[in-house]
Order: sequence, then C-alpha cells, then structure tokens
Amino acid sequence: MSDAILATQGLCRRFGGLMATNNLAIALHRGRLHAVLGPNGAGKTTLINLLSGDLRASSGSIRYKGEDITHYSADRRSRVGIGRSYQKTNIFPAFTAFENCRLAAQSRMPRALHIFANALDDGPVCEAARQALDAAGLGACGDRVASTLSHGEQRQLEIAMVLATAPDVLLLDEPLAGMGAEEAARMVELLKKLTPGHAILLVEHDMDAVFEVANVITVMVNGQVLESGEPARIRASVAVRQAYLGDAAP
Amino acid sequence: MRSGVALVAKGQALTRKKIVLLVVLVVLALFPLAGATFYTELVTKVMILAIFALSLDLLVGYTGLVSFGHAAFFGVGAYTLGLLAPKYDPANLWLTLPAAMLVAGLAALAVGVFVVRAKGIYFIMVTLAFAQMFYFVFHDTKFGGGSDGISMNFKPTASIAGFAPFDLSNATHVYYFVLAAMLAVFAFLRTLLGSAFGRALQGIRSNEHRMRSLGFPVDRYKLASFTIAGTLAGLAGYLSAMQFGFVNPEMLSWHQSGNVLLMLILGGLGSLYGAVAGAFAFAALEELYQSVTTHWQLLLGATIIALVIFLPGGLASVTRRFQRTLIGKTDDE
Repeated sequence: MSDAILATQGLCRRFGGLMATNNLAIALHRGRLHAVLGPNGAGKTTLINLLSGDLRASSGSIRYKGEDITHYSADRRSRVGIGRSYQKTNIFPAFTAFENCRLAAQSRMPRALHIFANALDDGPVCEAARQALDAAGLGACGDRVASTLSHGEQRQLEIAMVLATAPDVLLLDEPLAGMGAEEAARMVELLKKLTPGHAILLVEHDMDAVFEVANVITVMVNGQVLESGEPARIRASVAVRQAYLGDAAP
Repeated sequence: MRSGVALVAKGQALTRKKIVLLVVLVVLALFPLAGATFYTELVTKVMILAIFALSLDLLVGYTGLVSFGHAAFFGVGAYTLGLLAPKYDPANLWLTLPAAMLVAGLAALAVGVFVVRAKGIYFIMVTLAFAQMFYFVFHDTKFGGGSDGISMNFKPTASIAGFAPFDLSNATHVYYFVLAAMLAVFAFLRTLLGSAFGRALQGIRSNEHRMRSLGFPVDRYKLASFTIAGTLAGLAGYLSAMQFGFVNPEMLSWHQSGNVLLMLILGGLGSLYGAVAGAFAFAALEELYQSVTTHWQLLLGATIIALVIFLPGGLASVTRRFQRTLIGKTDDE
C-alpha cells in the first residue's frame, strides 16, 4: 500500500471529562474512500473537525503529505489541500449558487491585491466554479440564490463548494443526509467518480451507500476505533454487529 | 415568457434608477449656482459626512464588522492637517491630504491588528475603547492643543509649483472639490466591492466560518478592510478640518462614531447609495428639528426608532418596497 496522504497518531480531543476522540490512528490514501461508521456520539464529526482544523487536538498529531499540520489553522489546512463539507448545510444563503462556488474557487487563486479588477472577469476561477457546479449536478442552478434551492440541492451545493477548492483530501460529513432517493443515487455516483483522484473520508449513516462506495471502513464507538478493515470484514465482524449494526444486519 | 417579462421590468427599473441618479448628480453639480453660501457650505459638510458614512459602510455593511470607534480615524485625519499646517503659511493640499490619509490608515492598521480578532459585541466594545483612548490623548495632552483643539490661520493651498487650479478659501471651490472626492470614494468602493477582494469581504459578512474552511485567511481580509475604511475616514476628517479651519477632540468622540452609524442605519446598511442618502437624511432631519425645537435630539431619536421599526432596510430599500407593493414583484434586486 502506498504511503498515507493524511494520517493521525494518538489523536485525542477532550470536552471537559468526555473523551470525544481517544487515541485515534486513522490513515487516508489517494484513490481510496474511507468510510467512518458509528452510533451517534461516537466522535465521527469531532474527527472531521480535528482533521479540518475546526477543532484543535488535545493531544496527538496529524500529518499531511509528510508534514506535521497538527497546529495549522482551518484556512491553512484548506489551502494545503484538505477540503471538507458540513453535516449542517453551511453555505452563503444570499449569494447565487454560482457565487458560492466562485468564492470557493477564488480561494485557490488569491488575487487580493487586484481590487480594481472585476471578479467575474477572472476566467479560470469562473470556469472552476462552473465545473464544480456541473460535477455536483447543479449545472442548471448557477443563477439561483442559494437560499431558494431545495434542501437536497443545498446539500449538492455544499459538495460543489468543496470541489471548487480542488482539494486532494475530501472530508465529507453525511453528504447524503436529507437527500431524496434520486439525488442520493447521483451523489453515490459522484463519490465513485471522485474516489480515484482523491483521498476521501466519508461519514455517513446510509449503510447501503457506504457499503457500495467504501474501500475501507472504520467503525468508531466512544471516540475509539472498534474495528477497521475492508467492507467484507466489517460486515462479518461480530463486535461490529453487536455494537452497531445489530444482529439483523446483512 | 415569465423571464422575458422580468427582464423588461428589470431593464425599466435600471433606466429609472439611472434617471434618478442623473437628476441627483445634476442637482449636486448645479447647486452652488443658486448662490446661497450658507447652503453651499451645509451641503459640503454633508458630503464630507457622506464620505465618512461610505467608509464605515465598507466595514459594517459589507464586512460585517460593527465599529463603534470609527470617528478615531476621522479625527486622526483632521488632526494631521491641524498639526502639519504651518502657523504663518497655508499648508499644501497635495502634501497634507495624502499624509492625512496615510496617518489615518496606519492608525487603523495598528488598531486593526488588535481588534479584528474580536467578534460581535466584543468588536463593538474594543473599537469604542480604542476610540476613547484616541479621544483622551488629544483631549488631555498639550500636543494637539488639548480640549481647545487647533485653529488654522489659513486654508490649504492647491498650488503646484506656483499654479493653483482652484482656491480652497472659496466656498464654491471647496464644494466642488468635496463633491469630486465623494464621487471618487463612491466609485472606488463600487469597484472594490466587485473585485475578488470585495466579494471575499461580503462572503465574510455572510458566513465567516465557511470562508475560513474554504481557505480564506479571514483575519487578514478584515484587517485590510479595517485599514481601507480608516484611510477613507481620514480623508473625510481632513476635508472637515479643511472646510472649517479648526480641529478639536469632539471630532473623535463617541457621539461622532454613533452619528455615522445612525446615518448608515437611516440609509440602509450594505448599500453605497444608502450611505450617501443616510448622511443627507441625517443632516436634513437635524436642520429641520433644530429649527422647530431646542430638544431636537429627542425628535431625531424618535424618528430613527420609527424608521428602524417600519423601514428596517433603511432609505435604500424604499424603491424596492415601492416596486413590490405596486407591481407585486417579489424577487430582490
């Protein structure tokens, strides 16, 4: 197996007396989709927040492409290539869908000093925004104000914005939540298409989708890794069945 | 079909807007020709306040930073002229004006380094605290003339190598110079807000958290916005000192910071037209109520409360509301 692009060692996060993340080691590889499962409160979102820099680790380390990024701020992690989406839609509601993505793409090509140039004349940035909208299936919705999009479309926009930042690592927090069957199917196709070029960490409750797209699955309970491995192994694991999937699981 | 109708309606609204703007510009351009010096000077004063309000709108209306200490930079710009002006000669406009903007900008940069980390109510309080520090430095020390301030014996000269294209002791010339400055600031901010930088500021106002996670160094953008706003406030302060020939600590007081915020609220936050309209409305109400009663501040306060309740978008939202009620248009802009 090739070297991990993003890896944690002994990662801990304490909230008062609660260990939300306890001594966690997880590694993401390019071309692999790594799904994280676990019951509510297992620490899945905390893990994403630690990797994206929204939260600081209490102890432990995070390495990205061989570099120690444990103390990098959230914006710096985004700039080095770690993109994330949010479980609760986190967009610019008053801007058009296109502008949401254009801003995201603009962050890759900072031209802060070009205060006399109209942002819409920046071809590469606008093109990157359009491609991201297309990839997420929102190609026809660019001119619509984000707050007027349906819930499912806003979930798609959430992904489109991450794609517009052209990240190497994608941290996706429940991208399928609240999506209709058709939108969810399209998102699953998108995940399959994105996997070869990215290292993806996916937190998702939709079991069918997870087993369809994941190359690796880690099951977390109480901030710790219960089991980690290929989907077939996780499916067969007795510990996982008892803790999470329930005995009726496939 | 529907979109076609909407397009036509939008086109008409645009032309109407252009006509209104043109009329306003022509009125402003011809106003001094009416020959009433008192009103020429009054409108000059109001246009200076409009520049001040425009500069604050960049912070409050477009970056989402509610500064309650913006008068500090207005005052620094004014005092720069007061302190640079020689006693027995006129100061040179072309040297002192850029100097005033530079000093105000540097002051804003220095203050900004500390304040941009604060959020919400803390940002308001920290900017107020810094402005009070500036106020007491000028009020309680001798170097700026203490509480009396500085009176200048001469208006600045616009002379370049012996040739003066206009005369700043002439009220009409001052009027046109200030009008040009206001239009330049307006055009500058409009361009800036359409640029990548300006759009990033508006993104920060809308959703700062997401801007960070998209990779924007948000604090640096805020600092740049704070510095630009301070520089333009310094321009307004300079023009004010130039018009009246004196500076005093009241220019930096929190009343002044509060008044310019009220102008923005009157006019509508996040609209450049609103900032200008707010400055004019504020001055008009002040003049009107002062002519009626000595307790004019009471009336002004009541008017602002009524406006916030019944017209939350400020004056800039009037045309939009008008269209909505008349045509039944529901989409914004």
